[in-house]
Amino acid sequence: MRLFLEIYNGEPVPRERIPRLAFEDFRYALTEASDPRCRVSALFGYPSDGGIDLLAVLAADDTGTLLVTQTTLSGDSYPSFTPERPEVHLFERELAETWGLKPLGHPWLKPVRFLHSRRPGHDAWGRADAEAIIPGVIDFYRVDGEEIHEVAVGPVHAGVIEPGHFRFQCHGEHVFHLEISLGYQHRGIERALIGGPDKRAIHYAETLAGDTSVGHATAYCHNLEGLSGLRATARGQALRAIGLELERLANHTGDLGALAGDIAFLPTASYCGRLRGDFLNLTALLCGSRFGRGLVRPGGVAFDVDNARIEEALGRLDAAARDVRGAVDLLWNSASVQARFEDTGRVSPEAARALGLVGPAARACGLARDVRKTHPLGLFQFVHIPVSTWHTGDVFARAYVRALEIQRSVAFIRGLLKELPAGAIKIPVGHLRPNHLAVSLVEGWRGEICHVALTDRAGRFAAYKVVDPSFHNWSGLAMALRDQQISDFPLCNKSFNLSYCGFDL
Amino acid sequence: MLDIFLQRLKQGHRTSAYPIKEPMLPDRFRGAPKLDPSKCADGCRACAKACPTDALLVDAEGGPRLDLGRCLFCAECTTACPEGAIVFTREYRMAASHREDLVVTQEVKARSAALDERLRKLFGRSLKLRQVSAGGCNGCEADVNVLGTIVFDLGRFGIQMVASPRHADGLLITGPVTQNMKLALRKTYDAVPAPKIVIAVGACAISGGPFAGHPEVNDGADSVVPVDLYIPGCPPHPFTILDGLLRLLGRIDETRDASSIGG
Repeated sequence: MRLFLEIYNGEPVPRERIPRLAFEDFRYALTEASDPRCRVSALFGYPSDGGIDLLAVLAADDTGTLLVTQTTLSGDSYPSFTPERPEVHLFERELAETWGLKPLGHPWLKPVRFLHSRRPGHDAWGRADAEAIIPGVIDFYRVDGEEIHEVAVGPVHAGVIEPGHFRFQCHGEHVFHLEISLGYQHRGIERALIGGPDKRAIHYAETLAGDTSVGHATAYCHNLEGLSGLRATARGQALRAIGLELERLANHTGDLGALAGDIAFLPTASYCGRLRGDFLNLTALLCGSRFGRGLVRPGGVAFDVDNARIEEALGRLDAAARDVRGAVDLLWNSASVQARFEDTGRVSPEAARALGLVGPAARACGLARDVRKTHPLGLFQFVHIPVSTWHTGDVFARAYVRALEIQRSVAFIRGLLKELPAGAIKIPVGHLRPNHLAVSLVEGWRGEICHVALTDRAGRFAAYKVVDPSFHNWSGLAMALRDQQISDFPLCNKSFNLSYCGFDL
Repeated sequence: MLDIFLQRLKQGHRTSAYPIKEPMLPDRFRGAPKLDPSKCADGCRACAKACPTDALLVDAEGGPRLDLGRCLFCAECTTACPEGAIVFTREYRMAASHREDLVVTQEVKARSAALDERLRKLFGRSLKLRQVSAGGCNGCEADVNVLGTIVFDLGRFGIQMVASPRHADGLLITGPVTQNMKLALRKTYDAVPAPKIVIAVGACAISGGPFAGHPEVNDGADSVVPVDLYIPGCPPHPFTILDGLLRLLGRIDETRDASSIGG
């Protein structure tokens, strides 16, 4: 029996070709049959005639393919996959909250975004439809003891930061456990995309996580292009790739500055704060928006560059790259910085693999996960960026991987600007194929962005699933805090710098 | 140590000369729109149809009106308009004291007024703000945060983001106010001692932005708390935010407004 349909990143396939497994086989496919080296990129549900259909997408890094399978759940519960495959723990909580499907035996079944079930009368916690759901009100994991104390932070934080709630179980400074409870940013984007695409859809993509506008918009456009049976123009793909790497440069630079700021190392903090802006302004040179709004559009990009603009961009890129190098090298040459970075917030490669971490957080644990390399799409099929990894899994590793990636991205953009493919920047995108599926993976600056689009009989979105890298990685932050000092939380948090809105959707 | 000093020399002085000098904005920057209703063909609604957030309204009498509070500055309308009746200028100064002043029929005229004498006396030289992120995409937060970098150096104007509402003179709100943040926003507002001001930054906080009309959100900050200053954009440019803040405090020399930048 065939358990999976094997497809490529961005490849459209008729939905009827996806194996529809009996539940037991689906369970077998996810827990025992699939190579443990595969990552779970998405697991989600949508209503069907027989109940709720579950669709799973696994990413196989060795073969560069995606494994897709599905089943139908007619009841309100099923035996949880999490005990066998921990990386699906949050996907199962999401399924429970959204559709009232209870994963029996799930070790940590709590709400994800504090929403009512989308199937009235089906609630995984047995709550009435009319019952108010208050965000952050759950049974937090508790450590008891005479000298144990609990620290609660948020949703409104001390800085200019998105809302979230953090609950620490402490013994003095020592953190036994951190629990993270989010959902405050939920604005209903996936729900609003059903029946689309409409004129707001690209703007939803650009605001899934505002600091990853290019990444998410690219993932969305790949799906649209795949489903309408065409590709973006070569020049459009190249300009998108430049936008994506500029986004990485801006955020990585900002993160290194913020890490320096959290340990009161002000030179790098000040310089990188400014330099992050220089990269944002480079994006604005391309498209007018510091966040790349309006750059990526279905079929290509909306803005072209002429030689004068390329020269200007190259000059500014070189100047910023030189200054970033100087600012960041101070970190590695300062013993006081290294003393704070090294051995703080360590995540083991085993934990990273079990939790399904992605992006720099995974690469800092020695896992060579980078979809630009393993599942290249668009320009990355032709120009490869070497994967940057480090093995220590601590704050230092997450900082160092970023510094390495900055150098790689600068070299990549410089090369590409000098040899941009000729031709049109955009082609018109037509109707989407009916009853098709497409999966798009993009390596955003935080890691793997996964968008799954399913069309209905009329070629409209029957379901649209977004998995921001933060969805995988928040659990990594919680693990990093184990046995750390509570005063190291800001530093650990910054070393992950995860998205609340990308998680909450 | 010597490395640090050498690097300090190389990195140079980077604080912008604003407000003495106008900021340098990218040539493709999309600032305040300019409408020319005389170009509109009768019954044409191309711009309104293209607008993702219904920021453009075309009346029966013709002539489009653009609500900057809803506008994402995506310029889909300029692409859709067959007559070139809408252009986005490089004018970054767009903040308004009243919601209705954000509706543009030809060009942005009304700029935000300063606080009254009493509040200016209180806050004019020292304004402490608590930022509340209430939904949205973190874009506005990012460009508020950037005001703290050496380029903008918000502190030189006596404005500071503080860690507690108890320390604050007001709130700076971003995001459409999700259902899940409504209570937290209300409580934070209540915790700020009076007299207090509220600043709504970005399309989300003014109108719900791209999420307007979603049952998961409340379509803006003024659905929960009274707003004293609206700063449009998706997200607003940092200079748009800074201009709004300084105008509110009466720190912008109005005589300089005659020299419009860009066009």
